[in-house]
Amino acid sequence: MAETLLQIRNLRIEATAYPPGEPPQDIVIVDDVSLTLEKGRVLGLIGESGAGKSTIGLSALAYGRGGVRITGGEILLNGRDLRKLRPAGMRAARGREVTYVAQSAAAAFNPAKRLIDQVIETTLQHGLMPRTAAEMRAVELFAKLGLPDPETFGKRYPHQVSGGQLQRAMTAMALCPAPDLVIFDEPTTALDVTTQIDVLAAIKEAIADTGVGALYITHDLAVVAQVSDDIMVLRGGKTVEYGPVRQIIEAPQQDYTRALVSVRGIEHEEKTPTAEPVLSVKGVTARYSGTRFDVLRDISVDLSPGQTLAVVGESGSGKSTLARVITGLLPPSQGEIVVAGRQLSPDLKSRTREDLRELQMIYQMADTAMNPRHTVGTIIGRPLEFYFGLKGAARRKRVQELLDEIEMSEGYIDRYPAELSGGQKQRVCIARALAAKPKMIICDEVTSALDPLVADGILKLLLNLQKIEQVAYLFITHDLATVRAIADSIAVMYQGEVVRYGTKSEVLAPPFDDYTDLLLSSVPEMKLGWLEEVIAHRKMESAGH
Amino acid sequence: MNIVLKLVAQRIALGILLLLAASVLIFVGTNILPGDVAQSILGQSATPQALANLRAELGLNQPAYLRYLEWLGGVLHGNLGHSLTNGQDIATAISGRLANTLFLASVAAVIAVPLAVTLGLIAVRYRDRWPDKLISAITLTSVSLPEFLLGYIVIYFLAVKFHVAPSVATIYPGMSLLQKLHAVILPALVLVLVVQGQMMRMTRAAVLNLMQSAYIETAELKGLRPFLIIARHAFPNAISPIINVVMINLAYLVVGIVVTEVVFTYPGMGQYLVDHVAKRDIPVVQASALIFAAVYIGLNMLADVVSILTNPRLRHPK
Repeated sequence: MAETLLQIRNLRIEATAYPPGEPPQDIVIVDDVSLTLEKGRVLGLIGESGAGKSTIGLSALAYGRGGVRITGGEILLNGRDLRKLRPAGMRAARGREVTYVAQSAAAAFNPAKRLIDQVIETTLQHGLMPRTAAEMRAVELFAKLGLPDPETFGKRYPHQVSGGQLQRAMTAMALCPAPDLVIFDEPTTALDVTTQIDVLAAIKEAIADTGVGALYITHDLAVVAQVSDDIMVLRGGKTVEYGPVRQIIEAPQQDYTRALVSVRGIEHEEKTPTAEPVLSVKGVTARYSGTRFDVLRDISVDLSPGQTLAVVGESGSGKSTLARVITGLLPPSQGEIVVAGRQLSPDLKSRTREDLRELQMIYQMADTAMNPRHTVGTIIGRPLEFYFGLKGAARRKRVQELLDEIEMSEGYIDRYPAELSGGQKQRVCIARALAAKPKMIICDEVTSALDPLVADGILKLLLNLQKIEQVAYLFITHDLATVRAIADSIAVMYQGEVVRYGTKSEVLAPPFDDYTDLLLSSVPEMKLGWLEEVIAHRKMESAGH
Repeated sequence: MNIVLKLVAQRIALGILLLLAASVLIFVGTNILPGDVAQSILGQSATPQALANLRAELGLNQPAYLRYLEWLGGVLHGNLGHSLTNGQDIATAISGRLANTLFLASVAAVIAVPLAVTLGLIAVRYRDRWPDKLISAITLTSVSLPEFLLGYIVIYFLAVKFHVAPSVATIYPGMSLLQKLHAVILPALVLVLVVQGQMMRMTRAAVLNLMQSAYIETAELKGLRPFLIIARHAFPNAISPIINVVMINLAYLVVGIVVTEVVFTYPGMGQYLVDHVAKRDIPVVQASALIFAAVYIGLNMLADVVSILTNPRLRHPK
């Protein structure tokens, strides 16, 4: 029988909410959660945002973010109840027994200090090792985690290394004091898919080598299936299902778990491109003023009426810049944009109102894309007035029709964005774009900030609206599952160029070019042992070359 | 390192340009003052001939831009001209005064800056608890009181009642450093009370602003003590806004302490300037104004340079 490392019993965590115009109220964030973790094992905590998974993870560090209070239960770490410790005792446990890896390493590192000093800080602070020994251990960990030039890597500042490297450095920082338990809080969520797979493999190997126990928190079941021994599914602060990873993935007992396992089950039959495209990007090359290299090089793609062209690529591939060129925010240095057979002026300022109407946008962050002081009715009504001169009752009637189309009731017309959920906000943005009756909509990572099930709902809505309104989508995303779900044609972008372009069935069928192959094979699959397979396959391939 | 050098060079060039603009303003400003220098020197009973002669002698008949260029040329050679009222060489007269002012300002700064920053950090550590409130209350009170009142209060208690320090801060060449320090205890104390409030508030606000950062949470989860987190992780990232307020206050210590100098009859720049404004001694006013402008611009330039140097993104480019 292995030794118990962390035992949480009947944990209850509350916070105080301050809804606008109402008295403050206590809300329960975590409700009666119990779990057990043995030494050297990995427990995956999975759920959507608001499920309480990060809050549980931080409670193992006796820490509550913001005004969060632990109001009930026990958190036994190495047999001691963390809730009964005084502040000095908590500080002694943090860093020595349990450490934390945050989602955004870029924000979690102090920008003003060298990496090495931050990585060994905990070790020195708790007097676990002299400085030279701690530095040696850090260098060993850098090497183990596959960081370049482990000897000198630590001398750099956070802004001098990439996001994937920072995430590994943060893992090294967590492992350096040789803790018993590491809390990984969405450590790969902010990374590109091709980077994620390497970091994931490095983390898994480091956990196995050091024999550390871990809580692995994520919203991506396919990811957590690769690293965990057990999985706990959480929803609204309650345990939905808790068991060994094989049982959760292969034989889920609860409906909610089944929904998570089978997410992205959207079937969409591909349409063949028509002869007359609604949008034609012809040989576009562009660069930002004051820079010396082209962020887009000779891009040519077509979008057929009523169809979806997915532009897929990693961060920095130029896909959002392409949207900026099409909308006229960044005039290209070469090439042209043709919408419905009419060549558009390269510069936004000289486009006609009709040009603007035909080309609408939906953004990743619905939050920042709406004026928080306008009601839903005003937000959706604005383009109606601007493009069609609708006013008063006529405008309100049309807003109601649009709300109906996005499956929201009329009651929302006088609400403010702050009163809506993330998915509802994105729906309002969709309605605002549709209000202009555009020929095409540019969707820039519109589901990236949403939970999988909510994102699914948005994608289904978009497909449905496409049928009704015959609107074309230029769909920018880094998520290949989304692409599979809704695209008719696909353009794969890499470092400012389109490396693969065609209908969905052409692009997603072998033979692949190197980059598309890398991209496709990096998408986590809901299958045990997938990570090992891919890594082994890649090692074999590189040995074969 | 190239970027940093370029930015610093830019700041310095801008500073010089600004100083040049300030010199124009000073010259124009002093020339549109009502009244006639010759008249004020010779008095109401002067004959028109005598006035004309004096004007010619002072070069007042030349066009303004020529007089400006002449003045500027002199300044660049270290020649600030001669006082109209007593004929003294201004550079010589001012240098002693300026040295006194800088001495008093440095004494006040050496105490006030570390004190304000430390108090600010302590206020963050105990935010919204009694040490924070006490520090805020004391600093706000001392900032709100006018300087002359503060001056008389410290004179009453420290000079008259308890004889800690002299009420008249006379210093002269030949005094030892210790004697000088003893002489300026009270004015320095008043200046510290006046300037530390703003610096402390800025330190508190700038550091508090960073306490919500993810890297502060990282430090907390490392098990570091609260004050260590503030001093080691928050403060280095707050230097830029703090240094700007510090420099403005240092500039104030040099150019804005007329009242304190008068209260303690301290022989500094402020008194010198006030005396000569009253006498309509234009060259002295111009010289003093130019020096004050140089101090202001110089210190703010220094703040910019320090901000640039403490930014790791600029110091260590990718």
